[in-house]
Amino acid sequence: MATLNILILASLLYVVLLFAVAFAADSAAQRGRGRWLGSPLVYTLSLSIYCTAWTFYGAVGFAARSGLEFVTIYLGPTLVMIGWWWTLRKMVRVGRSQRITSIADLISSRFGKSNALAVFVTVLAVVGTTPYIALQLQSVTLSYAAFAEFGATGEAEINHSLTAFWVAAGLALFTIIFGTRNLDANERHHGLVMAIAIEAVVKLFALLAVGVFVVWGLAGGLETTLARIEASEIARWEVPGSRWVGLTLLSAAAFICLPRMFQVMVVENDDERHLRTASWAFPAYLMLMSLFVVPIAAVGLDLMPQGSNPDLFVLTLPLSEGRDGLAILSFLGGFSSATSMVIVAAIALSTMVSNHVVMPVWLRMTGGSAMISGDVRLVAMRARRLSIAVILFLGYLYFRLSGGGTALAAIGLISFVGVAQFLPALLGGLFWRGANRKGALAGLATGFAIWAFCLFLPSFGPFALMPQTVLDQGLMGISWLRPQALFGTDGLSPVVHAFMWSLSLNTLVFFVVSIFSFPQPVERLQGAQFVNVFEHSTTAGGWRGGKAQSEDLLIMSQRIMGAGEAQALFSSAAKAQGIDGYLPEPTPDFLSELERAMAGSVGAATAHAMIGQIVGRATVSVEDLMAVADETAQIMEYSSELEAKTEEQERTARQLRQVNEKLTQISVQKDAFLSQISHELRTPMTSIRAFSEILRDSADMNEKEQNRYASIIHDEAIRLTRLLDDLLDLSVLENAQIMLNMQQATLAELLDRSEVAAGMAEGAMVMIRDPEAEDIELYTDTDRLAQVFINLMSNARKYCDAEAPELRIVAHVMGTEVTIDFMDNGTGIPADKQGTIFEKFARVSETKAGGAGLGLAISREIMARLGGSIQYLPGQTGAAFRVTLPLGVEKAVEAAQ
Amino acid sequence: MGKKVLLIEDEQNIIEAVSFILSRDGWEVKTHSNGHDAIDAVRSRAPDIVILDVMLPGKSGFDILREIRADEAFSGLPVLMLSARGQAKDVEMAEHAGANQYMTKPFSNAEVLDAVRNLVTA
Amino acid sequence: MSREPSPLFVAKRTYRSRRMADAARFLPILGTGLFLLPLLWKKSSSDDAPMTGTVEVMLYVFLVWVFLIGAAAILSYRIPRSDETGSDPEQD
Repeated sequence: MATLNILILASLLYVVLLFAVAFAADSAAQRGRGRWLGSPLVYTLSLSIYCTAWTFYGAVGFAARSGLEFVTIYLGPTLVMIGWWWTLRKMVRVGRSQRITSIADLISSRFGKSNALAVFVTVLAVVGTTPYIALQLQSVTLSYAAFAEFGATGEAEINHSLTAFWVAAGLALFTIIFGTRNLDANERHHGLVMAIAIEAVVKLFALLAVGVFVVWGLAGGLETTLARIEASEIARWEVPGSRWVGLTLLSAAAFICLPRMFQVMVVENDDERHLRTASWAFPAYLMLMSLFVVPIAAVGLDLMPQGSNPDLFVLTLPLSEGRDGLAILSFLGGFSSATSMVIVAAIALSTMVSNHVVMPVWLRMTGGSAMISGDVRLVAMRARRLSIAVILFLGYLYFRLSGGGTALAAIGLISFVGVAQFLPALLGGLFWRGANRKGALAGLATGFAIWAFCLFLPSFGPFALMPQTVLDQGLMGISWLRPQALFGTDGLSPVVHAFMWSLSLNTLVFFVVSIFSFPQPVERLQGAQFVNVFEHSTTAGGWRGGKAQSEDLLIMSQRIMGAGEAQALFSSAAKAQGIDGYLPEPTPDFLSELERAMAGSVGAATAHAMIGQIVGRATVSVEDLMAVADETAQIMEYSSELEAKTEEQERTARQLRQVNEKLTQISVQKDAFLSQISHELRTPMTSIRAFSEILRDSADMNEKEQNRYASIIHDEAIRLTRLLDDLLDLSVLENAQIMLNMQQATLAELLDRSEVAAGMAEGAMVMIRDPEAEDIELYTDTDRLAQVFINLMSNARKYCDAEAPELRIVAHVMGTEVTIDFMDNGTGIPADKQGTIFEKFARVSETKAGGAGLGLAISREIMARLGGSIQYLPGQTGAAFRVTLPLGVEKAVEAAQ
Repeated sequence: MGKKVLLIEDEQNIIEAVSFILSRDGWEVKTHSNGHDAIDAVRSRAPDIVILDVMLPGKSGFDILREIRADEAFSGLPVLMLSARGQAKDVEMAEHAGANQYMTKPFSNAEVLDAVRNLVTA
Repeated sequence: MSREPSPLFVAKRTYRSRRMADAARFLPILGTGLFLLPLLWKKSSSDDAPMTGTVEVMLYVFLVWVFLIGAAAILSYRIPRSDETGSDPEQD
């Protein structure tokens, strides 16, 4: 019993370690450190989720039953990996350039961003993967029970389903915490991948340790081990050719098609170059994992009592020899294999379920209006979390229902054949432009029907889901339709039989239907994109902007990607076009880029539909049809070099145009400035002169009138002085002659001070602030900064036209900067004025509410001196300004010099 | 009853000063303070002379003057332009648009009064 | 459908690296052939004297495996890497 307690303790400690590693890696990645997180080694190790508990325990059982046959399961992936130049390279490139989130997304995206196809693939993936998750739960409970058996003496029966339940719940928790931190599936889950890499090392180490112990500890050396194999039941080389070839092909296909493999290989891929390293390093990993399988099986068959489960030799051999430490290590190895598979599979499936099932349904239910008003991000996040929980619960349910009796390898292979059905659509989509949606749907449906009929349904046992008579005599008594001997092919094992028929008929139907049906234009565009990805991996076809409103797009993408990320994307796109601010031109390039970025969050089909809704063109236009029909106009015909050059020229021309415009503007502005100053000075002067003459010339004036006129003179004189002060201030700031008076203060203090000075207490405006967020130490010229705040506050007070005016101040620390947003609830500043409000004498409204229109110009200069900036923030409810200020002492000082 | 002056100007203090000066001299002063519907004000008030500011909210004084001159009923209406932008090209523009006289702010009260008297009697 | 004709002769380095890419394409075909070879060996059907046992096949399979890993490792460092995109912050 002591061993059992130690085992539980060790497992718990191990889990805590994994949590710690994942957490540390996540926060390192967030702080921008930890380049090593994205190293080729970590990538290679993460691929090892191919080796599940089925490998860890099942391979030995497989070998004990049928000799060397087990090795085919690893030869297939080896061949795929060393042949990466053919397939994987293209898949990873397509995945990265199109921001693919899952295998369902890839297939749907290739075939015209069809959501029907995505839903179909998702459902099939869930059906195919659930038994596999159940298998992992089973392996953990079985290995735990094996321990209990050896350790316990008349101890109470271990409750299998309870163990499985807690394992499933724990895994759900881990996956939700580290798998749904950020919505963008294209952002790597660094912590999670790191934890999986650790688990990969643990399971390899554990299996090698057991192998070394068996060969040198139990069998007495290499030669005696070989002799033992020769003497064992599995000494003969009698693997049927069909199984050797069939299983190798099957494992190769599954390796490409398994949703969890797609997740680590394509979605979590940080750098295409990692694939290069993995091309040989991962086969090496597989080779090491299989190295000791046959020896352990042979020695186990020799030493263990008759009838003991060969699936657990890896565990029971050390246990029976009293090596508890090694046994615990072995248990942790198996535990690692099981958990890492379940975690990644749950992430991959939940991404598919939320992107292709939940989100489209939700968007349809809310009538599309939700993309702007609702919080899409939150819904997507919840959908993903819920999906993870549901998927793990389904796995647990399957485990309960199936009773866990079948040999481990059998479930694994059934699952493999299921997901292998994606292969024709996947490869066809990547290599054949003629492949189309109808073909893919028909092929997938055929393949899955055959799989279900020949393999999946019979697997539940003769009476559960399929009557024995069907098994024996075929469907409706037709002997050609016997599930395990279709068309009279009797001599094959059920798995190879089902694999052969399902995949070949799948391929045939896919091919024939593709040939005889006609693809939609989007499919043809995407087809060219995918098949010729190496010729133009950056250009995605489709959007011709024009009507699209950049601001609407910004609002929508803020909801989906989060405000910070969307603003960064928009401003960098604007910069690339040579435009300042947050609103780039809605060029086709930008729209495609945005679509891909959004696809990372909600999937290709949904992103396409959402942008389509705003751009006002959900379907493909006549131009696109023409472009597709006209072979000479096809994108593939451009040499990529020419394309790059044209783009470069366009950019330069755009910049030149802008500079030219700017110069003309400056000259016009100079004239306008002079005449403005003249106007602003002469106007108060006029009143002063007129009233002083009146006072001088009229003797018969009563005192009241006299007082009134004198005070007008006085007010106008003050107005004049203020104007001169402002002008002076601005000129000093513009010539950078000011001395900064650097002081320490908290943001909250400064805002309090400014609020008083701006007279906010007097007006009807309500201030909304968050004192906690404002507790930020600043080292800057506090008086100057307060001047900016005062200006923004009094502007809000003067110009906010809401019935119940509000001013919300939101402070954020982002990296080394602090941003302070001032947002009121008025109508905001019209788009055509947003570009000029920071210019001198710019006024938004025509009514003069006092001030000469220099406040924002001064504020902009001050912020530049303080090393920060002030910008108008479009896409908010009212007028919104963002003040950005560096936190560091050094930066502010630098800027001042 | 004196003759009617229509003062189109947006600065409240200047309106008050000019009104004071002219009404003391016996003129009936009407005021209007934005550019949008200035031409309607001219039509409805039927003044004997218009004093027109150049920089008005909504519409520039030059544009308003062009509208006034485009209406045949007002082709002979005397218009005195006031501007705070004392630039040579403004004088030119004012003449071009059909102003009878152009005056730069700040002006002396006597100048305005003389100008109004001369333009109406001429 | 006319594409720019690619030049007939290319620099020696380019030529070499293209042939390396060809080798990378060929490697999995070679591997498949080698892994299928044991199927042609004499099975232990009857009590004929020279028969192939699990041990021989196992040793053979692992030797081929090691060879393929080595060859893939060498190739992975020698094929052109010009068109690969790293993780540049702009794109991500």
